[in-house]
Amino acid sequence: MAQADANLLRTALHEEHLRLGARLVPFAGYEMPVQYAGVIEEHTAVRERAGMFDVSHMGRYLVLGPDAARFLAHICTWDMTRLAPGEGHYAAACREDGGILDDVYVFAIPPAPGGASPAPTRYLIVVNAANAPKMKAWMEGRIGGFEAELVDWHASSVMIAVQGPAALATLDGVLGREFVRSLKPRRCGETEWRGQTVFASRTGYTGEDGLELVTNADLGPALWRTLLDAAVTPCGLGARDTLRLEAALLLYGNDMDEETNPFEVGLDWVVTLDDGADFIGRTALEHIAPAGTGRTLVCVKAEDRGIMRAHCDIFRSGERVGTITSGGYSPTLGVSIGMGFVPPDLAAEGSELTVDVRGKELPVRVVPRPFYKRPKKEKA
Amino acid sequence: MPSPADRRYSKEHEWVRVDGDSGTVGITDYAQDQLGDIVFVELPAAGTAVKYMEKFGEIESVKAVSELFSPVSGEVTETNGALRDNPQYVNDSPYDEGWMAKVRLDDASELDKLMTAAQYDDYIQGLS
Repeated sequence: MAQADANLLRTALHEEHLRLGARLVPFAGYEMPVQYAGVIEEHTAVRERAGMFDVSHMGRYLVLGPDAARFLAHICTWDMTRLAPGEGHYAAACREDGGILDDVYVFAIPPAPGGASPAPTRYLIVVNAANAPKMKAWMEGRIGGFEAELVDWHASSVMIAVQGPAALATLDGVLGREFVRSLKPRRCGETEWRGQTVFASRTGYTGEDGLELVTNADLGPALWRTLLDAAVTPCGLGARDTLRLEAALLLYGNDMDEETNPFEVGLDWVVTLDDGADFIGRTALEHIAPAGTGRTLVCVKAEDRGIMRAHCDIFRSGERVGTITSGGYSPTLGVSIGMGFVPPDLAAEGSELTVDVRGKELPVRVVPRPFYKRPKKEKA
Repeated sequence: MPSPADRRYSKEHEWVRVDGDSGTVGITDYAQDQLGDIVFVELPAAGTAVKYMEKFGEIESVKAVSELFSPVSGEVTETNGALRDNPQYVNDSPYDEGWMAKVRLDDASELDKLMTAAQYDDYIQGLS
């Protein structure tokens, strides 16, 4: 069983996880729940009803000041000056050579309605847990030329992702229907709950609808328990990974790293080269964009039994052509699925490849991205 | 819950229940709980020779792959075909429906090297 490790950080919801009998594992320097009832049960809860994840380990920084948007546009591949208050956008942060330092989500937090004089927009940047120390140092090293300030919100807040077809309806009863329904996809806002501010965004990492909530650490346990009482299933990192893989959402450290550029992993849509935004890595990416890349990330589905995992080699006619970057079992599809790099000429849908699963050849086929797309809601 | 007393246990969390010269092999409740949802079990074909504490198969959970070690030496006479479509039997019923293979024992004295149920229960107590 998980031994307590004095060097591991704990989120403000740690006691809740213990109370629920979670299995805890070290992850990105934190002691995090990998599962409560079981990965498949939690996965299914999110696909069919509503589940929640403690994602407080993810790095959260507020960017304040008149130059906040300009600073974020400087460090992100997508032009964050385009964000209107209440909007959010996904992006990469790159090195000068175009290698991905991290994938991030940036939100322009709208000023509270009804304020006498509208306060300047505050921004929230959410970074990967494993990259948080690196990204904090990197941002601090680059904010100097801007009239902007970086505030570390990581330790003093909790972040809870509530996901699934019943997530919004459940949140209606907790945060209020008017507020919840005001948030369109990728939009964000703030509301009050028990006298404290709760930030919410219509985003997630599961392929389902839902909100991600950030609030003060001391309010976290009460919010978690209220959601639990509203029949939201607590879910661990295990289900988070199977859900994001089915949705073909990238995982930093698996599907991309500093040696990967955004075009190789299908992130062209978060790189704005069509205007003057001068971001770090732009020059390199401008050269890479027309030249194309030597490898491309594809989705593959197993044609037989056997489970592909990250680092398995991909073959075509006996020749090694690439590597699986994320792989596992898809509870929704009942077969193994994965993502991996192959040369562009083998990336077409239907392309037949094999994956070496510990010495055995597993036949796979390139399939459209994503593996799972949530059913369109019927019109009310 | 104490482990069933009618069988022997290995440190790698396999059990064997002996009936005459045949041993039925599976993994323990502790093992299935540690592995989590099991989605694929790969077993040797009937006729394969297996050796005491050597790898004889693989078990894939949602989280990871683990090796199966044979608690006895001998020849595989039968494997549990139901696991092909229902690997979750190993989670739901590790000592019964989730059995994995039957092995014709080469050397019954190997059983003395394995733990009794009470010894195994003490052993896993020490792991948690």
